[in-house]
Amino acid sequence: MRHIISILVENEAGALSRIAGLFSARGYNIESLTVAPTEDASLSRMTIVTSGSDDVIEQITKQLNKLIEVVKVVDLSEAEHIERELMLIKVRAGPREREEMKRMADIFRGRIIDVSDNSYTIELTGDGAKLDAFIRALEPGVIMETVRTGTSGIGRGNRILRA
Amino acid sequence: MDRVKTEVLTGAEIVVRCLQEEGVEYVFGYPGGAVLWIYDELFKQDRIRHVLVRHEQAAAHAADAYSRSSNKVGVCLVTSGPGVTNAVTGIATAYMDSIPMIVLTGQVPTHAIGQDAFQECDTVGITRPCVKHNFLVKDVRDLAATIKKAFHIATTGRPGPVLVDIPKDITTQRCEFHYPESISMRSYNPVKRGHPGQIRKAVQLLLEARRPMVYTGGGVILSNASGQLRELVKTLGFPCTNTLMGLGAYPGTDRQFLGMLGMHGTYEANMAMQHCDVLLAIGARFDDRVIGNPAHFAQNPRKIIHIDIDPSSISKRVKVDVPIVGNIPDVLDEMLKLLAAALCEGRRPDPAALADWWRQIDEWRAKDCLKYDRSAAIIKPQFVLEKLYEVTQGEAIVTSDVGQHQMWAAQFYKFDRPRRWINSGGLGTMGFGLPAAMGAQLANPGATVVCVTGESSIQMCLQELSTCKQYRLPIKIVNLNNKYMGMVRQWQQFFHGNRYSESYMDALPDFVKLAEGYGHSGMKIERPQDVEPALREALARKNDLVFLDFITDPAENVYPMVPGGKGITEMILAEDL
Ligand SMILES: Cc1cc2nc3c(=O)[nH]c(=O)nc-3n(C[C@H](O)[C@H](O)[C@H](O)COP(=O)(O)OP(=O)(O)OC[C@H]3O[C@@H](n4cnc5c(N)ncnc54)[C@H](O)[C@@H]3O)c2cc1C
Ligand SMILES: Cc1ncc(C[n+]2csc(CCOP(=O)(O)OP(=O)(O)O)c2C)c(N)n1
Ligand SMILES: [Mg+2]
Repeated sequence: MRHIISILVENEAGALSRIAGLFSARGYNIESLTVAPTEDASLSRMTIVTSGSDDVIEQITKQLNKLIEVVKVVDLSEAEHIERELMLIKVRAGPREREEMKRMADIFRGRIIDVSDNSYTIELTGDGAKLDAFIRALEPGVIMETVRTGTSGIGRGNRILRA
Repeated sequence: MDRVKTEVLTGAEIVVRCLQEEGVEYVFGYPGGAVLWIYDELFKQDRIRHVLVRHEQAAAHAADAYSRSSNKVGVCLVTSGPGVTNAVTGIATAYMDSIPMIVLTGQVPTHAIGQDAFQECDTVGITRPCVKHNFLVKDVRDLAATIKKAFHIATTGRPGPVLVDIPKDITTQRCEFHYPESISMRSYNPVKRGHPGQIRKAVQLLLEARRPMVYTGGGVILSNASGQLRELVKTLGFPCTNTLMGLGAYPGTDRQFLGMLGMHGTYEANMAMQHCDVLLAIGARFDDRVIGNPAHFAQNPRKIIHIDIDPSSISKRVKVDVPIVGNIPDVLDEMLKLLAAALCEGRRPDPAALADWWRQIDEWRAKDCLKYDRSAAIIKPQFVLEKLYEVTQGEAIVTSDVGQHQMWAAQFYKFDRPRRWINSGGLGTMGFGLPAAMGAQLANPGATVVCVTGESSIQMCLQELSTCKQYRLPIKIVNLNNKYMGMVRQWQQFFHGNRYSESYMDALPDFVKLAEGYGHSGMKIERPQDVEPALREALARKNDLVFLDFITDPAENVYPMVPGGKGITEMILAEDL
C-alpha cells in the first residue's frame, strides 16, 4: 500500500540525512521525498511517499518519531487529504508540433512557461497519476526533459499538522 | 538560575566545566591533535580523572560498562579521524544494548571541515546509525547547552549513546559560560506513565491467566525496576525468565526463576514461553535470538502484554494484545497498586490452574537441560563457571566477551542482583570483556570484577592489560581456552559438516608470560581438581590482576541450542547427540 507520510522536523543541518538514512538503513522504500521550511523558519515540513504493509508503515512512523529532531509525524493517507506534485516538462515544439503541444497542455491544465524556437516548457500540477497520464499522452519522442518535485500533501478540512 | 558572576571561558574550559557540573568522575580517552586543548584543561584540574586506554575502542567499552555497572553515565573522549573510527565499534555496542554514554570527539577546525583535512572524517555521518543522537557544535555559544542536551538525551527515554563532535577552533574560542539546570526540547518528550486503561486491562489478563509467564529484559535493569519486578512476580506466584540482557533483574537463585530463555535458554524457559496463555513482557524486545522463528512462536495462542518505553520495540516482530508504552517502574507501580486492590477483593489467579502449570514446569525442569559430563578428565568450561560462582559466592561483577564462554557464564553464574552481568548482547562484540571490566571496576572500586573470556576474544583488546596495570585494576581474567572460536566451531559442527574453516586459533601466546610481560601474574590450569584452588588463590589476591588460563575441552558445545530459523521449542539438547 502507498502511504504519504508528513513530517514536521527541526530545521537543522543533518535532519534530512537522518531521515533519509533511517529509510535506507531499515530497508524502507522512498518513492519521493520533498522538504522545505514552513512559515515558522525553525521547522521544516517533509513529505515522504512510501509503500509497505501495515506493519512496515507502523514501524516507519514509530522509527521516525524516535528521531530526536522529528517533532510530529502523520500518515496523511489514513484520512482525507489532498496531494499535489509539480512537474516541469520540456517538449519538442517545432512548427509541426506547436499546435498539438499547446492543445495537450490545455487539456491537462498545464501552462507553457517558456518558449524557444523548437521547444515549450510546460508547468503542470496535480497528483502523481495526472502527471504520469500527461507523460503517457505525449508521443515518446517529443519529451526533451522532465523534472518533478515529488508529492506534497495536506489533510483536508480541519486536519492540521503543526508543532 | 543564572550564576551571579558571569564567566567567559574557552570551549575547552567549557567542556571540562560541563563534565564537572554533571558530576563526571572518569573520562576514558586517548589524546590527539583535535582534542589537545581539552586535554590541556583536563591537565589543569583534578576533579575529573582521565583514564588513558590503549585503543579508542576500549575507551568506549569502558565508558559503556561504567554505565552498565553503576547507573551513572560513562564518558569517553577521542580525537578526530582515526580516534573516532576506532571508537565506532564501542559506540555501536552501547547503542545496540541501549546503554547511556557520552562520546566527545575532536573534529578538525570549522574552516577545514569538508576540505579532506588531516585526520578529518565525517564523524556525525559515520556514527549516525549507531547513536541515539549526535551533534556537531559549530558555535562555541551552543557548546554548554549541547552537552547538557547530550546527557539529557542519553539518560532519558530509551537510553543510548550520544556523541558531541567539537571542532578544534571551537575549543579555543571564548564565550560566557552558563550551564543550564535543565533542558526542554519540543521534539523530544519521552513518556513516563503508561496508559491507565491499558494497565487495567493488563492486570485483568494477569488475574485470569492459567498458564502465565513473565519475560523480562534489559529494560528492567536500565530503569532500575528489579525491586518492583520481584514484588510483582512474588505477589502473583508466576514463573519468570530473563533475556541475556535482563539477567539479575530477577534473582537467579529464586525458585520462580526459570533461567534465561532463547537460543541458548533453558528447556523450561523456552517451553513455558511457548505454552503460556498470558505473557507479560517487560523491557524486552522479542529479539530473534529469543523468539526464534516468529511464525512458530505464533502457533500457540496466547495473550501478550508488552511494557516498553520505545513504541518501536512493540509489535515489531511479534504482535501484542496489550501494548503499554511507558517507563517500567512507573507502570509496575501502577500495576502493583491495582493488583493489591484486586487481591484485597479476593480476585486472584486460579490457584489450581497455577499449581497445574507449576507441575508442568517442574516436569520440564526435570530434564536438567544444563547437565554436562562431570567425570571428564579434562576441564569442562561449565565446571569453571560453577566454581567461579561458588568461590565468589555469587557476588562478583562478571563481564564477558562473546562466544560459548559468554553463554556458559549466563547459564551457570546465577545473578541475584542487577548490574552484575555485563555483556554485549545486541552487537555481540568480541573484545568487549576486558575494557568492560575496567569500566566496571572503576565504577565499583571495592567489588570483585571477573572477566570471563575466550582465547580468541581476549586477543581483540589485549592491549588493555597495560591500562589495567597503570590504574591498578585488580580484575580477574577467566580465560576459557578451548583453542577454538568455540561458538563458530559449534556452528560448523552442527550446520557445516564439521568443516572447521578458520575457527582454530593457532599460534596462541603463552598467556601466563603475556600477563607477566604486562606486569601482572598469570596461572595456567589444566586439571579439573586445580580449578577451585586456582580460583581461590586468584580471588584472594585483592590488589592484583590475575590472568587465569583454563585449558578446557575444545569439543564442548553450548546446550540447549535453538538452530537459526527454528522455533524456540525445537532445541538441540546435550542428550540428543
Ligand atoms: C552469542 C550470543 C548468543 C545469544 N543468545 C541469546 C539467548 O540465548 N537468549 C537471549 O535472551 N539473548 C541472547 N543473545 C542476546 C540477543 O542478541 C539480544 O541482545 C537480547 O536478547 C536482547 O535483550 P532484551 O530483549 O532484553 O533487549 P535489550 O536490548 O536489553 O532492550 C531493552 C528494551 O527495554 C526497553 N527499555 C529501556 N529502558 C526502558 C524503560 N525505562 N522503560 C521501559 N522500557 C525500557 C528498550 O526500549 C528495549 O526495547 C545472544 C547474544 C550473543 C552475542
Ligand atoms: C568482533 C567480532 N568478530 C567476530 C565475531 C563472530 N564470533 C562470534 S563468537 C566467535 C568466537 C569467539 O571465540 P572465543 O573468544 O575463543 O570464545 P569461545 O566461543 O571459544 O568460548 C566469533 C569469531 C564476533 N562476535 N565479534
Ligand atoms: Mg575459544
